[in-house]
Amino acid sequence: MSLRIVVCVKYVPDATGDRQFTEDLTVNRDDVDGLLSELDEYAVEQALQIADEADDAEITVLTVGPEDAKDALRKALSMGADKAIHVEDDDLHGSDVMGTSLVLAKAIEKAGYDLVITGMASTDGTMGVLPAILAERLGVPQVTLLSEVKVEDGVVTGRRDGDTASEQLEASLPALVSVTDQSGEARYPSFKGIMAAKKKPVESWDLEELEIESDEVGLEGSWTAVDSATQRPARTAGTIVKDEGEGGKSLAAFLAEQKFI
Amino acid sequence: MAEVLVYVDHVDGAVRKPTLELLTLARRIGEPVALALGPGAEATAAVLAEHGAVKVLTADASEFSDYLVVPKVDALQAAYDAVSPAAVLVPSSAEGKEIAARLAVRIGSGIITDAIDLEAGDEGPVATQAAFAASFSTKSRVSKGTPVITVKPNSAPVEAAPAAGVVEALAVTFGALATGTKVTSRTPRESTGRPELTEAAIVVSGGRGVNGAENFHIIEALADSLGAAVGASRAAVDAGWYPHSNQVGQTGKSVSPQLYIASGISGAIQHRAGMQTSKTIVAINKDAEAPIFDLVDYGVVGDLFAVVPQLTDEIKARKG
Repeated sequence: MSLRIVVCVKYVPDATGDRQFTEDLTVNRDDVDGLLSELDEYAVEQALQIADEADDAEITVLTVGPEDAKDALRKALSMGADKAIHVEDDDLHGSDVMGTSLVLAKAIEKAGYDLVITGMASTDGTMGVLPAILAERLGVPQVTLLSEVKVEDGVVTGRRDGDTASEQLEASLPALVSVTDQSGEARYPSFKGIMAAKKKPVESWDLEELEIESDEVGLEGSWTAVDSATQRPARTAGTIVKDEGEGGKSLAAFLAEQKFI
Repeated sequence: MAEVLVYVDHVDGAVRKPTLELLTLARRIGEPVALALGPGAEATAAVLAEHGAVKVLTADASEFSDYLVVPKVDALQAAYDAVSPAAVLVPSSAEGKEIAARLAVRIGSGIITDAIDLEAGDEGPVATQAAFAASFSTKSRVSKGTPVITVKPNSAPVEAAPAAGVVEALAVTFGALATGTKVTSRTPRESTGRPELTEAAIVVSGGRGVNGAENFHIIEALADSLGAAVGASRAAVDAGWYPHSNQVGQTGKSVSPQLYIASGISGAIQHRAGMQTSKTIVAINKDAEAPIFDLVDYGVVGDLFAVVPQLTDEIKARKG
């Protein structure tokens, strides 16, 4: 039987660009290039490796986002995913993690799945809670923050490295997995992969297709409200000295003056 | 006065510092009721009471350690149902965020993660967060349901405020999902004797400039002279010089200590995302053009192999 894998990916503003908020305090996507969140590349990579080991597997990449978010799907398809789903709807603008997770959960259920794989966090919001929320919404085991993952005979196993301990985990499919940046270097798309991706199917769904009311998502439907966003004042220029033999001592004097010693 | 539910992070009854900070913040918005789970839960009561907990709910069951996350969510939900709090506060550890998030879904509430400050507002608690590699500060509220907020370590002072701390056993019924993810083995991380990275008051980090695992003892010696935690940049971790558990940055840990000392770290945006909210920043780097120098309160342009040992010796001499 075929193993159906859905990988959730996010299209994010490039962290090296000058990121700003818009007037409605959502992320300004106009002035900064977007890309597939780096942490989601690890999720795509693990999906590809799991599919390689399976007799028969199909990888669907799923994203929720504006028109440009197709770029993130194309990248994942060129790495080797089989098909893509893009959930796009004007009413989604400004959705918070509760709204976005609702849309993802409905789309995952509609697509059909045995295994859902995500990155550990997005590189823009960096909350890191979406995987747990999705598992709760889908009612499947969460096998999260894995640095190693394996799927065999309908069972997923993995290693989770926490603050105080390293744990081995085990759950039966269907399940939700999230992987860290320690799970294994993500492959670069080959030229052949990039050409093949152009022919792979990308489906577009909107809220109506997912039977979600517009007031359940978007800025108005958010479960949280941002009241203000202020740019932090640039740190005032500190003292910079060149080491001419006494650099360590002068630094110690500074630390003593600041009462750290 | 409204009650505020505080999830306790403890190891066999020893309460970790971020939880005591949460109690300080909880008192700004109501009366703290603490929830402690697992072995040693009852032993947490004294220190929690000393820091303002009016009540301490406790529960212990093998499910908490045999299965991942969900049994703790079941317990937090039972506490939520028992207390009907005005807000739920949870430490921003990886597991803490997962527990808080699942509770929020269950009770139909919004969630705010990684708050660095919290105050009472007209429409409920207002959380300050750092956004876009800490180049922005935002103020947010939960607008639906009971606010569920996770708070980063070092966000508030630990203050004594003696309260009753009455201990009550909490009855927890585990749902069908509780046993979904089995923990088949657990290997405790070997203790280095140094403070935990995310909650340390001082962090000393090494990067590419350290130039090899064999040189990291220079960074460790400086850390030990200050009673600090050791961090590493992604470059140093990817090169295999230091464990990933010590990585500071966007894909590693986010730290917010009183003092951050970066040695041989250029200060790429991904690293800055993880340390820019540090109160005082100090850097040592050979390259005068390194972006880290834009952030520093004090910077030394020089060879870390000369500057760091001299600094360590001087600190030891001053401390006598």
